[in-house]
This record gives sequence, structure tokens and C-alpha cells, in this order.
Amino acid sequence: MPGSTTLATRRNSRRYAADAGLLFVAAAFVLPLAWVLLSSVDPKADLLVKVPDGVTLDNFDAVLKPDITFTPLLNSLILCGGATLLTVVCAALAAYPLSRFRSRLNRPFLLTILFATSLPITAIMVPVYALFVQVDLIDTMQGTIFFFAASQLPFAIWLMKNFMDGVPKELEEAAWTDGASSFQSLLRIVLPLMGPGVAVVTVFSFVMMWGNFFVPFMLLLTPDQMPASVSINDFFGNRGTVVYGQLAAFSIIYSTPVVLLYVLVARRLGGGFALGGAVKG
Amino acid sequence: MTSAPPAGPGVVKTAPGPAAPPSTPPGRRDVRRALTRALPLSPAVVLLVLFLAGPIAYCAYIAFTDLQLTGQAESSFIGFDNFKAAFKDDAFLNAVWLTLVFTVLSSLIGQNTLGLTLAVLMQRASKPVRTVTGGIVIAAWVLPEVVAGFLLYAFFRREGTLNAVLDWLHLPSQNWLFTLPILAVSFANVWRGTAFSMLVYSAALNEIPKEITEAAEVDGAGGWRRMWHITLPMIRRSIGTNLMLNTLQTLSVFGLIWVMTRGGPGNRSQTLPLFMYEQAFQKSMIGYGTAVALLLLVVGSLFSLVYMRLLRTEV
Repeated sequence: MPGSTTLATRRNSRRYAADAGLLFVAAAFVLPLAWVLLSSVDPKADLLVKVPDGVTLDNFDAVLKPDITFTPLLNSLILCGGATLLTVVCAALAAYPLSRFRSRLNRPFLLTILFATSLPITAIMVPVYALFVQVDLIDTMQGTIFFFAASQLPFAIWLMKNFMDGVPKELEEAAWTDGASSFQSLLRIVLPLMGPGVAVVTVFSFVMMWGNFFVPFMLLLTPDQMPASVSINDFFGNRGTVVYGQLAAFSIIYSTPVVLLYVLVARRLGGGFALGGAVKG
Repeated sequence: MTSAPPAGPGVVKTAPGPAAPPSTPPGRRDVRRALTRALPLSPAVVLLVLFLAGPIAYCAYIAFTDLQLTGQAESSFIGFDNFKAAFKDDAFLNAVWLTLVFTVLSSLIGQNTLGLTLAVLMQRASKPVRTVTGGIVIAAWVLPEVVAGFLLYAFFRREGTLNAVLDWLHLPSQNWLFTLPILAVSFANVWRGTAFSMLVYSAALNEIPKEITEAAEVDGAGGWRRMWHITLPMIRRSIGTNLMLNTLQTLSVFGLIWVMTRGGPGNRSQTLPLFMYEQAFQKSMIGYGTAVALLLLVVGSLFSLVYMRLLRTEV
């Protein structure tokens, strides 16, 4: 008995220590986040985390204009939406034979895909730029969409194949005997059954592209075509002195979609949703 | 879509037995079936070949030329000259060194250790604290790279929050982005990337059966000993994959550093991706920039191969 009580008190004191440690880290991590939230409603925002001198929505008013917010966000949406659609369609199609049919080529193909998932895409941007100049795809939305999709595709195929492996084959066999083609059974049976998996691949691809700065920064030149990840830099330089309140307000507007998407998917599938398929250690 | 009804999986599995008669050459039907089955792969393969494999091959080619941004037509093959020039270039060696410092500080030490610490503490902490901390750390991870860059730029500036906190604690403040730029961007990368390690390690720790740690606890093994002898060996595969993925992600960080310091002041936070960009576009030496890119790609590929070996049972 005395043994168990000391164990219990030891556990309690350990819990307080753990709580204290976590709260310390949380306090350090929250400061930059607090800056962006507080500055966005502060009429006299600067670089410091502080209680605003009164709450105002002027910063949001000032940035909610076509050239500052709406056009870049629309560009982001066209780029990332188009590329995500392309990625998900190609990945679903590719995952089907990899998951369903045995072939000598599956293993080498999957190994190549896995290898490509972790290549540093940053490194190939200079040659991609040079190549796009040669084939006249530089500064075009479609060129950037194609490259975005290709760069996200290895991981999307990998995830999609893992999710598809979770759908039992028996369900399809009935459809096959009824004379359905592979394509019909993929569309009518497999994909509906792996809805959460498709959602994860879609959200993950979209979030990665929405936040990507380097790809559009390199491949697009015309300011009118720039997505929000690049146009946000205009708050420095192009507009004279930096209005930090407006920068903070714009950062919030630009970040909101990905934060919402993350919360939506994470709530349905548990935290670290995309990791299950990706890095089973 | 009407051709070649897909056979059930059972048919495919039956390999010719040891006493199989001299097998007839695969009939045209088999070839056609294999092609029909592989057909859905084609859009993905076309995209990957044109926009991923193509640029990589092109990268391997122009790294050996003196291609410049101006005068595209006049590039010529110059063998290993770009690489020879790189290893004599102090700016390149500086970038290699800074990349190493950045990777070791922010990925190996920072994200990895902090992520593991957070995951371990979360196992013991009370639920509300766990939820709040997890939410804050993940929020830092979910934010777009450029936004994270701005938040930490504000944090580290002379008039920023960090110095205010240091003043309040009566510690010396300084202009971090000027005096220790590589340290500032490393911390920024830790802030942004720790959530990933935390999630990987939380998942790994949850898979350790409770009985094992409890048995060790009853036997009187202290916290550190349990950690060292039981927990760490049991999650070693997660540690391996996490280190690889962190390192690969850190090697290709561009936006974060670009927003915070532009690689400066001077070139004191210019890691390889920023160096590559500067050579290719500000100095118009595409060939030289690509040679640097190829080196980065080779290093990344090596890490990628190690990562695959760690995962090899998965495929």
C-alpha cells in the first residue's frame, strides 16, 4: 500500500513538472502568434507584442482592396485549386493499378515515387526556370500549375495508394463479375469508400501549395498574376514605409483558409492526420 | 473501357509451378491486358516525366555548361569547371558552412530534440495543458512559410518582442538579425518545424505498450533510465525517419530566410538555396547556380536513399 501511494504522489508531481515545462514552451511559441493577432487590430502597430491602444478594424479595411487582397487571393485559388485538382485526379488514377494489380513494375515504380517525395524541390527551381524560358511556359498560370502538380504528385500517389490498400478487394470483385470495368469500380466503389483518404490528399496538397513561396516566385513574373504568398512581400519595399498593422491583417486573411482546412480535417481524422500514411516509422 | 475484363486477383497470383511445361511466350492478350491495366498510370507518369524528371535531367546537363541569363544561345560545355570554381569560391564554402550550421542547429538539435521533449511531456501532462500547447505549436506549423517569416522577423528585430522580453528579465538585448542572423533563422525554423517532430514522436510513444513502462517503473527504474533503455530503443525507427525528413525539409528552406534576412547582412545567413538563387539571377550565372543546385540535389538524394532504407519494409 505505501508503495502505491508514493507512486501516485510521484505521478502527480511529475504531472505538474510536465505541465510547467509545456506551458513554458507554449509561452515562447505563442509570442509571435500573439503579435500578428494583436497588431492586426492595433491602430498603431509596430514590431512589439503589446496590448493595442484601442481596437480597430481599419487595418483590415485598408487591405481589403482588389489589388492588395482579392486579386492575389484569387490567383492563389486558381493556382492551388487547379494544381490540387490535377494532382488528386492523377494520383487516384495512378494509385488504382498500384494498389489492385500485381506487377513486376509496381515495386520499382513505388520506390522511385518514394525517392521523389523527399527530393529537395528548391534545388531544381533554377533549371525549371531555364527550361520554362526555353519552352515558353515562363510567367504562365498553366505552366506553374503543371509544375506544382508534378512536384506534389509523388507524395499524393504514395498517400493515395496507402489509403486505397485499406479498401478490401472483395467489395470490388462483385462489381467485376457484374461486368464493371476497372474505371467504373474505381469511381463508384473504391473512391467513395476512401472519402477521408481522398480528403486528406486534397487538403494536404492544397495546403502545401497555398503556402509555397518559391515556386510562383520563380515561375511567375507579372505582378498581376502573383499569388498571395509572393504579393505579401510588397508590404516591404513597394509601398514605402511598412505598415505593420496592415501586414498583420493581410497575414491573417491569407492564413485563414489553410488553418480552417487543417482544423476541419484534423478534427475528423485526429491530429497528425497526414502522417499516418506518410511516415509510419 | 469494354476491353479485357479485369481478372480476379487469384488469377494473377498463380505463378507457374516448378513442373510447369515450357511456358508459351506471353500471348498478345496478356500484353494487352497489362497495357490496359497500366493505362491509369499514364497521366501521372507524363506529368512526372515532363515536369520533374525533365528538369532534373536538364539540371544535370546545364550544370556542365556556362549558360548565362543573358545570351542564351551561346552556352558551351565546360566540363567540371563550375564545380572546380565552386570549391575555390569563398562565398560557396561560406554557404556550405552556413547550411551545415542551419541544419544541425535547427533540424538535428532543435526540431528533433524539442519535438521529442514535447511528446514525452505530453504523455504525462494534464489534458488542458496538452491541448493548449499542442494547438499553439501546430498553429506555428500550419501557417504559410512567408507569414512565419514575417512573424519571426518582427520577433527578432531590434524593436521586437524578444528584446523587450530580455530587457524585462534584465538580460542584454541586441540586434539579433544583424549580430547573429544564422542563429535567428535557425530558431525561426525550429519555431516553424517542431510540430512535425512532435506529432511523429507522439504517435510513436502512443504505440509503446503501457505495461512495459509501468513494469519498469515498479521495478524502480528512474525517468532518465526508462527513457534511455526502454523508450528510445523502441522508437528508434521513428527517430530515424524523423531526422531524415527534418533534414530534407531544412535543406530546402528558402522563403523563411528570404523574408527574414534576404541571406544577409552581407552573406552571413546565406544558405545554399539562397546562394544558388543569387548566383543564377542576381549574377546571371545560370550554369554556375545550377551546378550548386545539382550538389544540393545529390546531397538530398543521399538523404532520401537513407530514408528509404529506413522504410524498406513498407513497400
